[in-house]
Amino acid sequence: MTWLSVIAGFLSGLIGGLGLGGGGVLLVYLTAFTDTAQQKAGGINLLFFLPVGLVAVIVYALKKQIKWKTVVKMWGLGGIGVVLGSTLALVVDTDVMSKIFAAGLIIFGTMQLLPSGVFKRKNDKNSGSFR
Amino acid sequence: MDGIKKFSKKRTLCFGGILTGFLNGLFGAGGGMSAVPVLKGAGLEPNSAHANSVAVIVPLSMFSATIYLLNGTVTFSDALPFIPSGVVGAAVGALLLHKIPSKWMRRIFGAFVLWAGVRLMLK
Repeated sequence: MTWLSVIAGFLSGLIGGLGLGGGGVLLVYLTAFTDTAQQKAGGINLLFFLPVGLVAVIVYALKKQIKWKTVVKMWGLGGIGVVLGSTLALVVDTDVMSKIFAAGLIIFGTMQLLPSGVFKRKNDKNSGSFR
Repeated sequence: MDGIKKFSKKRTLCFGGILTGFLNGLFGAGGGMSAVPVLKGAGLEPNSAHANSVAVIVPLSMFSATIYLLNGTVTFSDALPFIPSGVVGAAVGALLLHKIPSKWMRRIFGAFVLWAGVRLMLK
């Protein structure tokens, strides 16, 4: 355990706790600022997220904020997605994956810098419920 | 019309659920980016969508992490150096939530992610 990993862990947790980054801040740090391979960084990020995520879910559940019917449906569907995604992670070259991830970061970062209403649809009586 | 809206909601939930898991399994993160809008589309308020997205993602992350551990992509000792300080950081962040203007936080964070993306692309 180095001071750098302690600081990186603290800042990643802090930014996640502030509601930013969707639990991926450590992943961004490991891939862009260290020599960690993309897939390994993803695995580290998953393990890093689990303790904090678990505590957060317990708190939300105790406050009766979880809509279990909807969440359980998404677990089932998400499980299919996990199998597909993790299988792809095993077969795709690590450099290719990191470039795809980099492109995603550039798009996401740019969107955060734009004014917040830019991508929202105008209010329309005939539009669907999903925005 | 109600029938069409219901079918569209179900289709969104189905596609969004699979996408959430797919991003989680592929990159080890990013599932929240699809889970939150899907849950909003399913009728949840924004704050509730965020809380429920965490409830969706934690078991999916356990599933993904198990796959990564079993095929040797990662070990517990790889992640351990980051976890204790991460838990402390998350607690501090949660306490500071709503105390810092979110517009500026979003932009500073966006600039960091953009810089990281460019750096990674050029590696």
